[in-house]
Amino acid sequence: MTKETPDESRSGRGGRRTRLTPARLRPRDVVRVSAGGLRARPARVVLSALGIAIGIATMVGVVGVSSSSREDLLRQLDRLGTNMLTVQAGRTLFGEEAKLPVTAPEMVRRITPVTAAAATGLMDATVRRTDRISEDVTGGIVVQAADDELLDTLRGTMAAGAWLNAATERYPAVVLGSVAAERLGVSRPGGQVWIGGRWFTVLGVLAPLPLAPEIERSALMGFAAAEQYLGFDGHPTTIYERSADEAVEDVRAVLPGTVNPENPEEVDVSRPSDALTAKAAATGAFTELMLGLGAVALLVGGVGVANTMVISVLERRKEIGLRRSLGATRGQVRVQFLAESLLLSALGGVVGAALGAVATAGYAMSNGWPAVVPPWAVGGAVGATLVIGTLAGLYPAMRAARLSPTEALTTT
Amino acid sequence: MNGTKKVVELVGVTKVYPGDVAALRGVDLVIGAGDLVAIVGPSGSGKSTLLHMIGTLDRPTSGTVRIAGYEVGDLTDRELSALRARHLGFVFQQFHLAPGTSALDNVADGLLYSGTPPKARRERAAAALERVGLGHRLGHRPHQMSGGEQQRVAVARAVAGEPPLLLADEPTGNLDSAAGAEVLAVLRDLNASGTTIALITHDAEIAAWAPRRVGVRDGRIVTDERTETAAATPATTAAKPAAKPVAGPGAETVEAAR
Ligand SMILES: Nc1ncnc2c1ncn2[C@@H]1O[C@H](COP(=O)(O)OP(=O)(O)OP(=O)(O)O)[C@@H](O)[C@H]1O
Ligand SMILES: [Mg+2]
Repeated sequence: MTKETPDESRSGRGGRRTRLTPARLRPRDVVRVSAGGLRARPARVVLSALGIAIGIATMVGVVGVSSSSREDLLRQLDRLGTNMLTVQAGRTLFGEEAKLPVTAPEMVRRITPVTAAAATGLMDATVRRTDRISEDVTGGIVVQAADDELLDTLRGTMAAGAWLNAATERYPAVVLGSVAAERLGVSRPGGQVWIGGRWFTVLGVLAPLPLAPEIERSALMGFAAAEQYLGFDGHPTTIYERSADEAVEDVRAVLPGTVNPENPEEVDVSRPSDALTAKAAATGAFTELMLGLGAVALLVGGVGVANTMVISVLERRKEIGLRRSLGATRGQVRVQFLAESLLLSALGGVVGAALGAVATAGYAMSNGWPAVVPPWAVGGAVGATLVIGTLAGLYPAMRAARLSPTEALTTT
Repeated sequence: MNGTKKVVELVGVTKVYPGDVAALRGVDLVIGAGDLVAIVGPSGSGKSTLLHMIGTLDRPTSGTVRIAGYEVGDLTDRELSALRARHLGFVFQQFHLAPGTSALDNVADGLLYSGTPPKARRERAAAALERVGLGHRLGHRPHQMSGGEQQRVAVARAVAGEPPLLLADEPTGNLDSAAGAEVLAVLRDLNASGTTIALITHDAEIAAWAPRRVGVRDGRIVTDERTETAAATPATTAAKPAAKPVAGPGAETVEAAR
């Protein structure tokens, strides 16, 4: 490559006239030099890393919170089961409210895959705290007859007191749903409520029942008591049943005919867990908007990093010149500034991901949810940081590399 | 003392900056191994430009530059970088030390582009600092050192890789005479142990101190003279008056460099 020099200047040191190849920079040295460049300007580094951190924290937080909320719903579903169906008397062809046969609960229990079933019967009566409140003020609370298997079928629990049993289902006594208890101002058993012209003793209060909001808003008494004190006709209005998970669809198909062989078309069958399932699936629709906001914050953070790097290159022309005089190639100068940009935005990314995770944990805890930060969100955050660091550093690094050594050194 | 080896050979080198500024107008210069050359001349005469040509930091508009046997015009930017890393050391008027970084690390980082492993870099840096008389200042940061000491750190950085050629652009320009003398003593020692040195100076005394003086004016070399005695006894540190011009067409004296 080099032209022959005619004189003795060639006969010199060993190694002369060999092909000149720049030494490779060790990755560790690249990191060390870049970190050194950042350490020299701590305030600026912190501020521009903060921009990235806010963007990443927003995105990780949004994903984390919605994942936590979904996880909570899924766990609820898991606990409550998706194998419960409700059967309701629909309407007759003539638009009247149909009734289920008195024998319907027994028929449902005979379906082989059915593991539990219970019935409730809606009545016209109203429930009030005292007889001095007008009959019209129902507070959205209904009075229902319930058989004693209802609690198990719903997998419900008592917030206070006891559920109906073979003895108490004959007494003028009620169990209140959680909403009903709250509206009536009754939180513990022992009190009395006014139903259908007489006092009923409160036996207990149910814990919330996400799969049966109508029970939450009911005052429940035994079928026997309902018939005796309120003239209830004994026809159930709703039957709750559970079966083996894999048999749910089969059961659904045979339920109408089983419950009401004469008019199966009058029977409505539904699966209350569908609502929760849909809700779990829908968690995330709102997330996209928030993710968009986070992405904008991240973009702004990236612009901040680019800005910092451009200024850094302008300020450090002499350092660049010195490095070139020491033998740095353009590529090595470029790599140094690119690595600095990457390091800067990675710093923001790590802090942001940590902040996002902490925010998720805090928010989930305050809602009683399990805290879930999906690994893909953290991975995505890291990936986004690297992309942003590269993009933000590319132009400043090119500028630094293009600088001629003499120009760089003679800067005033 | 026309040495057997040409470390630097410039033939008909011109440099025209954008805006038709002719900084060099046909320079022929040979620097042999072991030379200690002072480049003198009035401000704007092209001294720094000349040094940039020698240091391969810039390419000539026309003419040939050969450094350590390599023809600069034939080399790519990458190859020039490698040439600088292996064959050249630079000292500037400003010290260009990284603030907040110890003398040892400043010098060790000078070897970053030479492919030397980290441990060896530090060992060589310590040796180089020892050589410039700063063996006791390894952990000092630039702001804890005097100007003379800082410039000696910069010299240590330039010579840590033992380059055969050291180029210095007004290395004492920012120093008082005592500090300047420290730096010059270091350069003299380096030269005595074989390093070829070219330095730009405005100081007539320093110019006289150098065994060889090249005078530049208006982009041309106008004088080139040697002091036989100083060259023969490199240990002499006195600022001897110039004597016995050996070469150089014009008999211009060093007074041109004020
Ligand atoms: N990058 C440049 N672009 C245009 N002109 C330049 C550039 N660098 C130097 N010059 C011009 O070239 C001429 C020589 O400059 P140079 O820096 O080599 O002088 P010098 O002898 O080192 O001067 P000084 O003693 O002041 O440092 C000057 O006229 C200067 O203005
Ligand atoms: Mg100059």
